[in-house]
Amino acid sequence: MTASAKEGPAVEGPVVEGPVVEGLVVEGLRKRYGDHTAVDGVSFSLAPGASLAIVGESGSGKTTTVRMLVGLERPDGGTVRLDGRDRSTRPRRRAERLARAREIQMVFQDPYLSLDPRVTVSGCLDEVLRLHTDLDAAGRGTRVTGLLDQVGLGTREATALPRDLSGGQRQRVAIARALAVEPRVLVLDEAVAALDVSIQAQILELLGRIRSASGIGYLFVTHDLAVVRHIADEVLVLKSGHVVETGPVSRVLEAPDHPYTRLLLDSVPRRGRFPAGR
Amino acid sequence: MTTTAPAEPAVLRRRPGLRPLRLLAQGPLFTASIAVLAVLVLIAVLAPVLAPYDPEALDLSASLAGTTGEHLLGTDQSGRDVLSRLMYGARTGLLGPLLVVGVSTLLGTLLGVVAAWRGGLADTVLSRSMDMVFAIPGLLLAILLVSVVGSGMTAPVIAMAVAYTPYVGRLVRGIARQEKARPYIESYRVQGWSGWNVCLRHLLPNIAATVFAQSAMNFGYALMDLAALSYLGFGVQPPTADWGAMINEGQSAVQQGAMLPALAPSVCIVLAVVAFGIVGEGLADRIARRKR
Amino acid sequence: MNRMNEQPEQKDASAVPADGRRPVLEIDGLGVRLPDDRAGRPILDGVDLRVRPGESVGLVGESGSGKSVACRSVLGLLPAGARTSGEVRVAGRDVLTMGRSELAELRARQVAMVYQDPRASVNPLRRVGDFLTEGLRAAGTPAATADARALELLDAVGIRDPRGALRRRPHEFSGGMLQRVVIAAALAAEPALIVADEPTTALDVTTQAEIVDLLARLRAERGTGLLFVTHDLELAATVCDRVYVMYAGRIVETRGTDELFDRPRHPYTAGLLACTPSIEAGAPAPRPIPGRPVSLADAPPGCAFAARCAHALPRCSEEKPALTRHGDGLAACHRADEGITL
Repeated sequence: MTASAKEGPAVEGPVVEGPVVEGLVVEGLRKRYGDHTAVDGVSFSLAPGASLAIVGESGSGKTTTVRMLVGLERPDGGTVRLDGRDRSTRPRRRAERLARAREIQMVFQDPYLSLDPRVTVSGCLDEVLRLHTDLDAAGRGTRVTGLLDQVGLGTREATALPRDLSGGQRQRVAIARALAVEPRVLVLDEAVAALDVSIQAQILELLGRIRSASGIGYLFVTHDLAVVRHIADEVLVLKSGHVVETGPVSRVLEAPDHPYTRLLLDSVPRRGRFPAGR
Repeated sequence: MTTTAPAEPAVLRRRPGLRPLRLLAQGPLFTASIAVLAVLVLIAVLAPVLAPYDPEALDLSASLAGTTGEHLLGTDQSGRDVLSRLMYGARTGLLGPLLVVGVSTLLGTLLGVVAAWRGGLADTVLSRSMDMVFAIPGLLLAILLVSVVGSGMTAPVIAMAVAYTPYVGRLVRGIARQEKARPYIESYRVQGWSGWNVCLRHLLPNIAATVFAQSAMNFGYALMDLAALSYLGFGVQPPTADWGAMINEGQSAVQQGAMLPALAPSVCIVLAVVAFGIVGEGLADRIARRKR
Repeated sequence: MNRMNEQPEQKDASAVPADGRRPVLEIDGLGVRLPDDRAGRPILDGVDLRVRPGESVGLVGESGSGKSVACRSVLGLLPAGARTSGEVRVAGRDVLTMGRSELAELRARQVAMVYQDPRASVNPLRRVGDFLTEGLRAAGTPAATADARALELLDAVGIRDPRGALRRRPHEFSGGMLQRVVIAAALAAEPALIVADEPTTALDVTTQAEIVDLLARLRAERGTGLLFVTHDLELAATVCDRVYVMYAGRIVETRGTDELFDRPRHPYTAGLLACTPSIEAGAPAPRPIPGRPVSLADAPPGCAFAARCAHALPRCSEEKPALTRHGDGLAACHRADEGITL
């Protein structure tokens, strides 16, 4: 599993010789906490505009993996490259930090904790634009309205504080905030798990619409295999920090190779699955 | 004290004797305490206007005069008006704790946030240093410093500010660590903001209320500690009016049957300490309810 | 307050026990209302529900539907300051009029509750053995007998090395294993009814499947009634014989699981089915229900779902539909007979 980390040329530097691979390429990613290896040699790639679901149970390392991609955790080994640019080391300058932020953005699970309770919806979008663009106040205002419109929110929500919004509305704000920098890749960490079913379907539909309109790539972290079917092209199954299976969604869900994937699939509640019959 | 410095539960630091105040921190007592503190501040500020006499004017002929129309709270052994001394005493009584709380809050918040945000070695070093200071009793530190610098307000205030810093620092480290792990703070990091920016604009404002509640409590503790130092003769020196020193001076009068010169400042100290405690607890209670 | 009484009392036909046995749980016209400044509508409004011995009944709804309040009422747990109407009868006795000691008796012997988060329902400092035997010992069972019973229960819920487990503390168990312990404790008094409030929501998929199997097996073996509260229709379909669907504090539909899934009569049920993502190959994409669930502050005059309903007529937002018989179950919709195609 670790061999893939050594294949790539010039692992230590951001300058890569040879043909540049488009999209996100992760090789041999590793993270240890004390004696425990949370992520152990995870490799995958995400073509521009593609959607990859990372599936696993608690402790599988799925969240740790994507947290390393966005720079919230520092990998102990392996590389992360976007269009050939390395992003696994600590950014040295402010410009580099900002450039990386414009490449990958993230939406978190809990909409009740992912917005600053003291910042209004429009303020929250405005500050991202202030950091990443040269737009003046009027220009930013137009962009904020456009972003809110894109996620189905209006001017009434723009002036609201997070506490005045429902879970689904907050998650829309979080999506708009992530889209504000026009990232190449959006990491969605259990982004619909905390929502009511009817709201979850709204957000899934919104995410599908955004991807087909903008060509953004999704890394969709989830424990829910039923959701995978409707949001991703490819799926990667993680168990205890290792990749156990990867492939196109329809192939993995219909003809899983690995016994663990089969166990996961058998565990999905569905009508007609006789409960006591195992 | 345990040797490890793991995540501590972020609760306010309370003195054992004052914990029951938690139960009183609701409803009318909270409002009453705010009123008591407001009156105290007003008296301290307006002492020169309000005080009927010069607090240091001696009048040995009127020594230990009881409650009279001229002296509402009587006079002390040197014939000074107790009420005027109480009013002026509110100035030193509040100024000292204000400095202690101001310095320790700023310093403690800075150290706590840095420890929480940087983690790793910085956290270990800062946390251990704060634990060490925490282990030294503030009063002892003050007495040591007085023996070097000499008595007066300066040494006790510096010593207390140092001693109170870990109180604030450990609290701030705990809540800042919790807050740092919240997705909204992480989302700012993913957006590419610098650590300083996120701390100043988002983390600090969201923990400020809790820090303020701790500071209100610390105000009461500092007032008590500084009064104790003055009582022991290490703090504010006679003839300056100070509640702690007044109790000391009034002690001998108690044997002569005059309670007021010692009792009046004692009541003032208790009133102020309890009021600060209740306000701190009440604020903490309101924050906890808002977060739920 | 009289609003609840204006509803024609709609008797749940399933109250007539098919096998002649009395239901373990009968909820009749349960209304729960907060003091008026806190809510615009009742939390629960005219809820009727039956669980027969050995039957597994699902209570499905989104957040704010009142499903948790309804299930807690079975234990006599109600929101502070709430006013109630109607009856909640367990083994024929009304829980709402019970005194303190009767409630304690009810919770200790007749109804057991399994909560969402097993860590929150077990004292973290006490050994699992003490947790399991405290109820028995309080009821006068000798310590040795209680220990033997605890071993038997741990074995029944599939804990390996039950003897060792008795000595361990909660933090030494995984979430799934701890939920098994909680279920073992729930079984200790051989209750007639287990109320499970989202018992698998905090657990992994594979663990959820194990717990669901366990509940089904125990119910089959012991004939215990099960009231299973969840937001997950697919899960309810896996676990339950019959399902009640709640919306904005009212039961909007109830029928046998297969019939409910194959021919939902209420547009909300149909909408929930359509918006739940399905893992089956070729399944259509989840179709969202527009709008959002009614909050406690909203008090729509007619059908609470009318604003989100594609089939709503003017009448729907004026007149509350009563829960009436359609097919083999009940539905509260003015157009239930027309046959909904979504």
